[in-house]
Amino acid sequence: MPLISAQNIEVHHGATRAVFGVSLALDPGEIVTIVGPNGSGKSTLLRAMIGAVTPNKGTITKQPDLRIGYVPQTLHIDTALPMTVRRFLNLPKRVGGGKIQAALAKTGVEAIEKQQLSGLSGGQLQRVLLARAILNDPQVLVLDEPTQGLDQPASAAFYRLIETLRDDLGCAVLMVSHELHVVMSATDRVICLNGHICCEGTPDVVTAAPAYRELFGTGTGGALALYRHEHNHDHDHDHDHDHEHSA
Amino acid sequence: MTLLDDFMIRALLAAVGTAVACGALGCFVVWRRMAYFGDATAHAAILGVALALAFSVSIPLGVLIVALGMALLVGSLSDTTLTPDSLLGVLSHSSLALGLVAVSMMPSARVDLDAYLFGDILVVSRADLLVIWGGAAVVCGVLAWRWQAFLSEILSNDLAYASGLNPKRDRMLLTLLIAAVVAVSIKVVGALLITAMLIIPAAAARLIARGPEAMAGYATAIGIVAAIGGLYAARGFGTPAGPSIICGAAALFCLALAVSKLRA
Repeated sequence: MPLISAQNIEVHHGATRAVFGVSLALDPGEIVTIVGPNGSGKSTLLRAMIGAVTPNKGTITKQPDLRIGYVPQTLHIDTALPMTVRRFLNLPKRVGGGKIQAALAKTGVEAIEKQQLSGLSGGQLQRVLLARAILNDPQVLVLDEPTQGLDQPASAAFYRLIETLRDDLGCAVLMVSHELHVVMSATDRVICLNGHICCEGTPDVVTAAPAYRELFGTGTGGALALYRHEHNHDHDHDHDHDHEHSA
Repeated sequence: MTLLDDFMIRALLAAVGTAVACGALGCFVVWRRMAYFGDATAHAAILGVALALAFSVSIPLGVLIVALGMALLVGSLSDTTLTPDSLLGVLSHSSLALGLVAVSMMPSARVDLDAYLFGDILVVSRADLLVIWGGAAVVCGVLAWRWQAFLSEILSNDLAYASGLNPKRDRMLLTLLIAAVVAVSIKVVGALLITAMLIIPAAAARLIARGPEAMAGYATAIGIVAAIGGLYAARGFGTPAGPSIICGAAALFCLALAVSKLRA
């Protein structure tokens, strides 16, 4: 039985369908990566999976009492709320100081427990968010472009860390990423999203799929094409692709 | 003659009870940027006074009902194209104007409007004290019960959802608490200055606190000192009690500002 699954879900943003006809299931221990152009509904799909948005159609099924560790794209820290790293890691459940130190050590940010959240660098904050996500011994780690704002070495290190954590904790990982070349090497299954699921499978299968090539181009130019492509591709089904993109 | 017959003691108890109800809740108003929402709810209270008199129900009850109605109205209109501050501006001032018109149409024409706009702490009855301290107990009890959840939701709704919390329901709960505080505070500081009692102690506390619990504690302490000091100042100088309490809070804010500058 999958840990968490979506059955034919559809999520609307106002009049537009951000996500439609999407079904996916996450099994214990596997790393699944969602790729897709800007505005393709990746974040919306993740937010639906964690319960932050209710699908307009279809259902999300979770195992009872599923422990989810979620790492958002970024966390906007409002200085109105004074909050140290240690206090933050004690939300929403209070945990022991030893567990907090262990989690921070695992994600490579020791000795910042007493600092204010608002004083952290982008990289530190992402690592603190990851430490928070693994505190409750999650069965699923859900990460939404967790390396946004990190430079290339830092983001490569971050993805290695996620793989290590998966091996240590034995949890499944569901993540969204822009960094195709990095992701492809460290993932079991890739889902290529553009509102609906264009194609999915192992990295080898997906990179060879025509739908993927149309979205991302071929070869080494793939990552660049992500930002460049025009969305005027034809699939052999009948829905349109004329929704807006911010890229 | 028992202790509570002394009107100054009753006034002190009322003012301290209001400060206790406003202290920690005021921090949430600051953290969630609900200052304008607090204003809208407080202004609607005048309409509540008018309706309570018209239908002969108790004034705190009338205020509570209208404040709740305002809270629900704001919630249901928040999907319109107006920005929240415009929407709250419309609702806040419309409800104040409507309340003033409604009060003026009261047949008895004996409503002391000033008492509801600026507070009338020196005529606090034992029943009022019961309402104030009962309200303070409910507010502090709910905040203590949902404390961890409320803090999580302020940081990020998505993180809260992922942890199995329900930010939507908790936001409604917080809204209800603000309505309750308006209902219990109107006697002490009046509709126009209730938001000040929520915001100023919390803002002063933010300047010197490093954690959310410390901030709530400081805010409550600052509110209590302002309440007692303001009340004695009002008696000494013959000034109105509600505004004097808020002046006290403003003075403490300046002190906190100086302390934070000296530390930096």
